[in-house]
Amino acid sequence: MQGLAGAAALTSTTLPVHAARSAGESAYSPTFFTPAEWAFLHAACDRLIPQDAVGPGAIALGVPEFIDRQMATPYAFGKLWYMQAPFVQGPANLGYQLPYAPRDIYRKGIAGAATFVQAKYGKAFGDLDAATRDEILSGFEKGDTLFGDLPAKIFFAQLLGNTMEGAFSDPSHGGNKGLGGWTTIGFPGARADFMDWVDQYGKQYPLGTVAISGETA
Amino acid sequence: MASIKMKSVDAVVIGGGWAGSILAKELTEAGQSVVMLERGPDRSTASEGAYPGSIDELEGNFRHKIFQNLSKTSVTIRNTPDQTALPYRQMAAFLPGEGVGGAGLHWSGVHFRMPPDDLIMRTKVKEKYGEKFIPEGMNLQDYGVTYDDLEPFFDKAEKVFGTSGEAYTVNGQVVGKGNFFAPSRSDNFPLPALKDVYGANMFRKAAEEVGFHPYAMPAANASAQYTNPYGVQMGPCNFCGYCSGYACYMYSKASPNVNILPALRNDPKFELRAEAHVLRVELDSTKTKATGVTYLDRKGNEVFQPADLVIVSAFQFHNVHLMLLSGIGKPYDPVANEGVVGRNFVYQNVTTTTAWFDKSVYTNQFIGTGGGGVAFDDFNSENFDHGPLGFIGGSPVWVNQAGIKGIAAAKIGGPPGTPHWGSAWKKAMVDTYQHSVRMDAHGTNMAYRDVYLDLDPTWKDAYGMPMLRMTFDWKDNDIRMNRYVVSQIAKVTKAMGARDVHLGQRQPGEHFDTRFYQTTHLAGGAVMGDDPKTSALNRYLQSWDVSNVFVIGANAFPQGTGYNPTGMVAALAYWSAHHIRTTYLKNPGPLVQL
Ligand SMILES: Cc1cc2nc3c(=O)[nH]c(=O)nc-3n(C[C@H](O)[C@H](O)[C@H](O)COP(=O)(O)OP(=O)(O)OC[C@H]3O[C@@H](n4cnc5c(N)ncnc54)[C@H](O)[C@@H]3O)c2cc1C
Ligand code: SF4
Repeated sequence: MQGLAGAAALTSTTLPVHAARSAGESAYSPTFFTPAEWAFLHAACDRLIPQDAVGPGAIALGVPEFIDRQMATPYAFGKLWYMQAPFVQGPANLGYQLPYAPRDIYRKGIAGAATFVQAKYGKAFGDLDAATRDEILSGFEKGDTLFGDLPAKIFFAQLLGNTMEGAFSDPSHGGNKGLGGWTTIGFPGARADFMDWVDQYGKQYPLGTVAISGETA
Repeated sequence: MASIKMKSVDAVVIGGGWAGSILAKELTEAGQSVVMLERGPDRSTASEGAYPGSIDELEGNFRHKIFQNLSKTSVTIRNTPDQTALPYRQMAAFLPGEGVGGAGLHWSGVHFRMPPDDLIMRTKVKEKYGEKFIPEGMNLQDYGVTYDDLEPFFDKAEKVFGTSGEAYTVNGQVVGKGNFFAPSRSDNFPLPALKDVYGANMFRKAAEEVGFHPYAMPAANASAQYTNPYGVQMGPCNFCGYCSGYACYMYSKASPNVNILPALRNDPKFELRAEAHVLRVELDSTKTKATGVTYLDRKGNEVFQPADLVIVSAFQFHNVHLMLLSGIGKPYDPVANEGVVGRNFVYQNVTTTTAWFDKSVYTNQFIGTGGGGVAFDDFNSENFDHGPLGFIGGSPVWVNQAGIKGIAAAKIGGPPGTPHWGSAWKKAMVDTYQHSVRMDAHGTNMAYRDVYLDLDPTWKDAYGMPMLRMTFDWKDNDIRMNRYVVSQIAKVTKAMGARDVHLGQRQPGEHFDTRFYQTTHLAGGAVMGDDPKTSALNRYLQSWDVSNVFVIGANAFPQGTGYNPTGMVAALAYWSAHHIRTTYLKNPGPLVQL
């Protein structure tokens, strides 16, 4: 957790996002996201999991890097989904029915969000204050905004899902840096042996967190 | 693409999961030459269960590394017959397996016997409440077998799986503090019950206090070192918490890969062909005899494997799909109410209740074992009077903590009503993750005339075959059952001293939602029974129409059970194999004459 102490002192609620970025952004350079998309991704992830007194935020945890790295996996190309045509829209409870794989959802979603924000606020998403960014993201989460034929809701769900995965998955995937996601909630990670604690009723688990690589925190 | 014809064998087994492995073992023991065709890759603990790389939540529970590859084949789903069914494009509501071991490699291990009354449900309901009690449109049926018929095979399956549990009665004598409502057993569990995790122990005490009958859930997760009748070994479960969705790196969770296949792989009469996707069972011109199966090998060659006996054991809905594609049995027509293949498609009716405790109380939800926990059956089967309640069915209720890990914790977040992101979400998650207990009402689902399986008219799989179409929705009887049982859980959470509780109840009129995990305990669609007008299989799981085809799986259940299905699937597999071995092989033909 030491590496995060500096970042933890910054509160992104008051901070313009490029400053947060320079604090949290490592040497990683994205292979999927363009610079403009990368900036959007940071500004959005930073609000989904903010840096606060409870624990590190998505930027310090390396969530954008996680998402960019995921974009090179079969998952992002829709290879784990049934993607045969025809694509017919139906009631929400029958599930996702668009022809877009995660890579398409990000490309279209970020472009759509950027256009929406520019039209409404005359600024890039990343240049807005935290409260406004929250308001916009809430609107995407709950409202009926469409980015062409991509509902903002679907883009938001994709982004939120991957953000949570990035912050709380094994650090080998690029997120959860310094095991900061796991230590925040007290999840011991790849420990995976609780023979001696099953019947220690009500007591806090004494050992720290460990990653698949053996990294501890 | 070549067309290849293989040398004939005695039996071909479609699918390398629990059902297929049991049949393959039994048939080779009977001296039969057996080829097992499994469409997924070969799998073992050494590769899929290699620690620590295997315990990766992202890969296991979110990218579904060892589950079915939906990009090749899926199903379509709709709620009602007047809707257009749409493809199940992303894994969510149910998570079928693929590869050697099937879903048996990544299942959890809850290992039940069926309640005796559930096997004769129609008879029992008629007898207790009268025929009028059965709602219009509900296809309530008996299995055609009784608990006494199956008892030796439940026992055998438990011994092969190395099941941990505590009995209540053995040969009519009370022997322990097991499930008060469970039928008598011929023998004890092979291993003692697993320890209770804390949440389960709180639940046990509270349930007892309010007058219910809690017991340790029977679990195919070994509580101690064990050697099964096939000579394969299991090690003790360490509550690693990476159970459901993973191959067990401790050799503690029963799987076909650990408990059966090691004994089969070296048998010269047995051959396993992985990456062999069966397209159909071939029938002769009379359509009453199978000649073998056609499959695609890993290079895409179309291969015909002739066989005298065909075992269809590809998992519940894949079995129904293969029957429909092969023309085995009459497809169900819900309008005419005729035909049997696709009829009585059922599921399971589960909702989750959460109780939150003070921050000084650590429930350590990351500690877990897939099959263990504490349950009570006071509202399951015919253990309570349905008369004044006016519904059929019930739910066991349990704390079955399989291990809640980081990503799942984040997605669960805080109590309902808290945001799903931002600082409020984060705080709520941190305040609750280590201090909550989750419990399920794991309910039955009845069969209805307009809930069924057939072939989709539009969408095809990667092999050009029409996909299976599911028409499924929640019905009033089942929703009312769930609401009643969950209302009883409130007594328990109160006695547990929870700070706050959310009772997970189905809402009146609620539709089945494919986006949220329910269970993978789909059932029915090619059910067993005594009447070929209402069942596709006879009581030995033999096709009424094509007597050298046996169809083994949860497809045989006429109703959706409140229990997890695999204990019953395994018992039915041993039951069917026993009758194949003792009767059918001596004189191949229908085992039931009409
Ligand atoms: C996450 C999870 C947890 C579970 N937990 C429990 C539990 O705790 N208790 C319980 O009782 N049950 C549980 N189950 C259910 C359990 O896994 C199944 O009941 C059981 O595996 C069924 O065995 P089966 O042999 O019928 O099918 P499977 O194990 O699914 O095996 C069928 C095999 O057939 C193959 N196949 C399919 N089609 C073809 C084809 N055309 N050609 C060739 N091969 C084919 C498949 O690839 C698969 O490997 C769980 C399931 C899941 C997904
Ligand atoms: S919880 Fe036990 S049985 Fe399950 S995977 Fe871990 S060690 Fe194996």
